[in-house]
Amino acid sequence: MTIYVVRRLLQSVVVLFVITLLVFLSVNVIGNPVDILIDPECDQACRALAMRNFGLDRPLHEQYVVFVWNALHGDLGDSFISKVPAVNLILERLPASLELTICALLLALVIGIPSGMWAGLKPDATSAKLIMGFSTLGFSVPGFWIALIMIIIFAVELGWLPSSGRGETVEALGFKFSFLTPNGLYHLILPAATLSLYHMALITRLVRAGVRETIFLDFIKFAYAKGLSRQRVLFIHLLKNILIPVVTVLGLEFGGLLAYAVVTETVFAWPGMGKLLLESINVLDRPVIVAYVMLIVVIFITINLVVDILYSLLDPRVRLSGASK
Amino acid sequence: MTVAMETKPSTKDTALPLVRGLETPFRRIVSEFCESRTAVAGFIIFVTILGAAVSAPWISPTDPYDLQTVDILDNRMPPGSQSMTGVVYVLGTDGMGRDMLSAILHGVRISIFVGVVSGVIALLVGMAMGLLAAFYGGVIDTLIMRLVDLKLGFPAILIAMLLLAVLGKGVDKIILALVIVQWANYARVVRATALVERNKEYVEASRCLALSDLSVVFRHILPNCMPPLIVVGTVQVAYAIALEATLSFLGLGLPTTEPSLGLLIANGFEYLLSGKYWISIFPGVALMITIVSINLMGDRLRDVLNPRLQR
Repeated sequence: MTIYVVRRLLQSVVVLFVITLLVFLSVNVIGNPVDILIDPECDQACRALAMRNFGLDRPLHEQYVVFVWNALHGDLGDSFISKVPAVNLILERLPASLELTICALLLALVIGIPSGMWAGLKPDATSAKLIMGFSTLGFSVPGFWIALIMIIIFAVELGWLPSSGRGETVEALGFKFSFLTPNGLYHLILPAATLSLYHMALITRLVRAGVRETIFLDFIKFAYAKGLSRQRVLFIHLLKNILIPVVTVLGLEFGGLLAYAVVTETVFAWPGMGKLLLESINVLDRPVIVAYVMLIVVIFITINLVVDILYSLLDPRVRLSGASK
Repeated sequence: MTVAMETKPSTKDTALPLVRGLETPFRRIVSEFCESRTAVAGFIIFVTILGAAVSAPWISPTDPYDLQTVDILDNRMPPGSQSMTGVVYVLGTDGMGRDMLSAILHGVRISIFVGVVSGVIALLVGMAMGLLAAFYGGVIDTLIMRLVDLKLGFPAILIAMLLLAVLGKGVDKIILALVIVQWANYARVVRATALVERNKEYVEASRCLALSDLSVVFRHILPNCMPPLIVVGTVQVAYAIALEATLSFLGLGLPTTEPSLGLLIANGFEYLLSGKYWISIFPGVALMITIVSINLMGDRLRDVLNPRLQR
């Protein structure tokens, strides 16, 4: 087990290293940010000075070494625009994004699992077909368009829910959260619902497929034969076995959810880090873009690691195949 | 990636004509495809959209990008209203006074073009990589598959956004970004299928005939990898269209001179809160119908061709 964990940890470090290299190289091919930052009246000397101030005059490999060294010390450079450390800028926006993402994930689970089980248990019922029809839609229709439809229906036509911003926030543990105030919760509903639709569809399909496969297996028959109630068989024996793939996919998709939040945050003017990323791309604010990507990558790698380790704990078969290598 | 070791119906296919007269594998697939009404509906809708997209310059009521015919005074007219020159705007006009119906027809044209072209290029690249990995194995295989894992480990939209931030705007650039985002999906499927095919007798037989590697790979192994590739291809084209629309909506994809559906929706976004729904909604409906019709076909193809791989 320890060997397995250590090997996975090493793999993660290698991936992280490769990504920093790729990100650094690609971001440094973007047009020279100095052109945007300096006064257009500026002459050659003043331009060179600005380049030197940002460390842009040094060779690329030196810039990379400096970048990695500083990154290891938690410093990814100052934003070119606001002159604030990029990491701080991103971390400031992180709680808003996490709040949105976690709410979306919970929503996807709470609705996805029961509807998937229903569709799996009664595959020929009209309601099950409706559920699957909806999941096809949720799967194929791009999130931003769903967001627009939601705004038209609930914000413009019905006027029930607000369509932009976070609303009132409350400080808890040093961060601001909206879900603790009624007004903030109101603002959270539309963005979270929009963001969750894709994953809701995904979970519904996964659970349905799991139910269809597992329901005919012997251990279910055995559980019934033991005289257990239907509820107990379905919600304990069946669900436990279905949840393994769901947990894996969810872990892997959490980072995806954070990335797709860029779209949701932009449409609903939710002040998260996705919106910050888009704004930074538009003004070529390199340090912020890099900080965002590094943070996402670290989150990704950590989640992958945790999921793999959890998985090997939940399902002994994974651990055994890993040890035999 | 685990691959079920069931035998490909290659021998069965050749036996079929003897049993059922004129039936060929192609005809069998077509007739099975047609058994599903939703799939046929999807096919008909997609062909209609494709036809409209290809003939957009000739069938659209006005040329939305000809500044001489666009009248700014006609801006933001609701659907069905009539301009001063007597043209009826069936789907209304946008903020610049352009006819939405014409703009949508041209937008669908760009969206489908980007989706299909990027899908085909990604398929070719992924196919080549997958075949290389499967056929030669060893270091090449490890290298290619690590690259695929790395790519698939991160959300496509994030990679595409960063690429476009680097590359800038343009049709060629968004196609490049979509190819980079998609090739790994094809490579993985081709490799998995080719690995199974490689060990079959017919490959050994063709090797014994002293055929070149190229000939074995392309004329013997590749045709047998096609069924799963077709399924992945359909799904990926729909995905590419959706992703392009999303990126354009964010202002990262196409330049304003080539408005795809995503850009049209983005243009209408600012008018949405004032109740002028048609500028955003109609391009969105067109986008949704296009994607869903492709996915309906894809779902049925998956059942008919029965690939042993899932997404």
